[in-house]
Amino acid sequence: MNFDFSDEQKQMRDEARKFLSEQCPPKAVRTVLDGKAAYDRDLWRGLAEMGFLGVAIPEQFGGAGAGHLELCVIAEEMGRALAPVPFSSTVYLAAEALMLAGSDAQKQKWLPKIAAGEAIGTLALFEGKGNPSPKAIKLTAAGAALNGTKKPVPDGAIADFAVVAARTGSTGRDADISLFLVDLKGSGVEVKELTNLDPTRGQAELTFTNAKAEPLGATGEGWGIITQVLDRAAVLLAFEQVGGADRALEMGRDYALDRIAFGRPIGSFQAVKHILADMYVSATLARSNCYYGAWALSTNAAELPEAAAAARISATQAFQHCAKNNIQVHGGMGFTWEFDCHMYYRRANATALGLGSVSYWEDALIDRMRKKNAAA
Amino acid sequence: MNFDDTPEEAAFRAEARKWVEANAPKEYEAELSRSSLGRIRLEKAEIVDVGKAWQKKKAEAGWACLHWPKEYGGRGASPIEKVIWQQEEGIYGKLTQPFQIGEGMCGPTVMAYGSEEHKRRYLPKLASGEEIWCQLFSEPAGGSDVAGLRTRAEKQGDNWIINGQKIWTSGAHYSDYGLLITRTDPNVPKHKGLTMFFLDMKSKGVEVRPIKQANSMQEFNEVYFTDVVIPDSQRLGAVGDGWNVSLTTLMNERMSIGARLATGFPEMFEFCSNLMTEDGLAIDDPAVRSKLASWAVKTSGLKYTSYRAISSLSKGERPGPENSIGKLVAGTMLQDIATYAMDLEGAAGALTGASEEVASGQFQQMLLTSPSMRIAGGTDEILRNIIAERVLGLPGDIRVDKDVPFNKIPTKGR
Ligand SMILES: Cc1cc2nc3c(=O)[nH]c(=O)nc-3n(C[C@H](O)[C@H](O)[C@H](O)COP(=O)(O)OP(=O)(O)OC[C@H]3O[C@@H](n4cnc5c(N)ncnc54)[C@H](O)[C@@H]3O)c2cc1C
Ligand SMILES: Cc1cc2nc3c(=O)[nH]c(=O)nc-3n(C[C@H](O)[C@H](O)[C@H](O)COP(=O)(O)OP(=O)(O)OC[C@H]3O[C@@H](n4cnc5c(N)ncnc54)[C@H](O)[C@@H]3O)c2cc1C
Repeated sequence: MNFDFSDEQKQMRDEARKFLSEQCPPKAVRTVLDGKAAYDRDLWRGLAEMGFLGVAIPEQFGGAGAGHLELCVIAEEMGRALAPVPFSSTVYLAAEALMLAGSDAQKQKWLPKIAAGEAIGTLALFEGKGNPSPKAIKLTAAGAALNGTKKPVPDGAIADFAVVAARTGSTGRDADISLFLVDLKGSGVEVKELTNLDPTRGQAELTFTNAKAEPLGATGEGWGIITQVLDRAAVLLAFEQVGGADRALEMGRDYALDRIAFGRPIGSFQAVKHILADMYVSATLARSNCYYGAWALSTNAAELPEAAAAARISATQAFQHCAKNNIQVHGGMGFTWEFDCHMYYRRANATALGLGSVSYWEDALIDRMRKKNAAA
Repeated sequence: MNFDDTPEEAAFRAEARKWVEANAPKEYEAELSRSSLGRIRLEKAEIVDVGKAWQKKKAEAGWACLHWPKEYGGRGASPIEKVIWQQEEGIYGKLTQPFQIGEGMCGPTVMAYGSEEHKRRYLPKLASGEEIWCQLFSEPAGGSDVAGLRTRAEKQGDNWIINGQKIWTSGAHYSDYGLLITRTDPNVPKHKGLTMFFLDMKSKGVEVRPIKQANSMQEFNEVYFTDVVIPDSQRLGAVGDGWNVSLTTLMNERMSIGARLATGFPEMFEFCSNLMTEDGLAIDDPAVRSKLASWAVKTSGLKYTSYRAISSLSKGERPGPENSIGKLVAGTMLQDIATYAMDLEGAAGALTGASEEVASGQFQQMLLTSPSMRIAGGTDEILRNIIAERVLGLPGDIRVDKDVPFNKIPTKGR
């Protein structure tokens, strides 16, 4: 059994960590947090130069053609550094959708640009409150024209193109949904930035009025593709969450060693030690679930749907748990804008919702486990 | 990243599987599969008898304590081969419960500190299950704080005279030998005055008194020592070095990888999949699903954490500290699952009579037994301290008794 990343993959993780610690210190995150920039353009360019944006994109489409295990280790570092760039929307959602369902021409058009840092993409799925569901999609596609509104759309205000889920039928079945590619710089697209919990990852409302679109994948197969994209993105985002959870744990540990109260480091009080030990437990469980998700993702295993849901739930819980308790360990300091704790708290809680809430994934996990048991 | 065996591992697994297939006591398969807590009661036989027969068969074919050297009853298997064996032994591994303390703790301590003669005399019989060993550490005055123990050992010529009491000794009532930690010098700080021995449980002056447990079973005991004589040759490690020797024992206890930790989750999933409520199947209820999902990811998290450790072993590396979380997670989960399973049954969940029992009473048994999982082998709080100090590097507790001679430590008159 070799249930671990290879030495080369670990080396790539170290490289990514080094690069991000230099190019993405908390100060850089704060530039976006404070609204001084929509995202960190220099960092985005740097990530492209490092080959990180196209690490899982095949060479024929301008990527490094490495694979998803490599993408997982980079994702972990992106989460750790809270990188304020449209990485998850572009790489986990848009690029994955293109690779799954795009025609050669579509891949040729967008993937090289993604890898080069010249195009930002996203998935426009949600239409207001609620979790992923074909029933919730009202936006219509008539011929090649889209009409309707999507929100929230991750990084929608800075994206160049979007994969849009639209209604093309009214039978009440999954087959009513189809996907479209839309150039967001084209006519008929109105973009409105929305304020959100985590300003380092923007959200937008996109209104389409007879917007020109081209089909992505066959008509009626949209929901199947979305489900697969969400599963794949769930694993990748889970690695970001584990990276964030680990960093929050480290911050709490370091502060507990440093801060003196009652004449001793607060890390010598059991109440504080046990909080930190429990953070370690949840981060460890999440990491192990993520590794399984990485294996399933990289091998396209039949277990991917179940593994993705488990990774998603576990990593979400761990990041939320570690981020909130990191604030707790910091006392009053943790509640200041100046300390970085709240940035992790914001990211943890925003990421927990992005692909659908935890309860959505809990439901999905149990469904998938039942199916497996029924099949066995 | 893969879950595949190396060719050597695959060959070893095939051999193990073939042997288990041909030799396992299949008549207990059903009962063993049903019991989830590791503490098993067989309908028509004593677990110790069935276990001894199985262990003996294993030993004859070289599958008992297989990671031990040949001359001490094993086959010199690698750590990863031991894990593969455990996987293949599967539910029949539950039969080895009476030998686990011997194999996991007493044996390794004898291996590290015993004389060559002792190793050849005692280890093979321990491995084959012919002789059972128990661990005589905890006392009324010291469980978590083992070093607070008071059982005295006084030198008399070539012998030591033991007086005192141990408590919570699992299996003492059927054990042949015991690993005993004693105080040999009360005038020095408590960790410095300890010495380790092993002794014959049939020695004159040893009295074993069973303790009835909260779950109504009877597996642990009080053990009294009145002028018990142990020859100096049965001392393990130097006089006064007992604390370090005990760390070998406890380290082995905590490092057992791929250990069969029950979480209760598979049973709970099946239970919820079949339980009819007024509103339909329990598993269709969103509240139930949410709970199940949280337990599911803890269970898979533990499984893949152990896979990570196994992968290190497979590469010949030492596993990291991840595995220290197992018992901490599983103990609480068992307790929560049992509570919730009964909650789903409403008032009837409290019934334990054979005919009314929900899911043949396994959750009631789990409820009553699970508290011990959070205590035995290191309490939840001690495990959190260990993670905080050894893994995260936080400061140790302030120890008020560390540098004080043992006999000057306040005792509240007890
Ligand atoms: C919104 C807000 C408003 C406030 N308003 C006021 C105000 O108006 N006036 C005022 O005087 N103060 C005010 N405070 C300060 C507040 O009382 C302190 O933040 C609080 O007492 C914690 O102290 P600390 O921040 O120094 O954290 P620390 O004492 O450094 O605590 C850090 C962590 O260590 C833990 N810890 C510390 N000592 C122990 C121990 N002995 N045992 C176990 N754990 C321990 C804490 O629980 C915490 O998790 C305010 C704080 C906040 C957040
Ligand atoms: C089923 C079972 C089988 C056992 N088998 C054996 C056996 O075979 N051989 C053997 O030697 N022992 C055995 N034990 C004993 C076991 O090791 C002890 O019960 C355990 O170490 C706890 O010690 P204690 O019972 O004295 O509780 P205490 O140590 O008195 O603990 C009481 C409470 O205080 C807490 N506490 C104590 N110290 C600290 C601390 N420093 N920080 C925070 N909290 C603390 C504990 O976590 C616990 O909640 C067994 C116990 C059980 C339940």
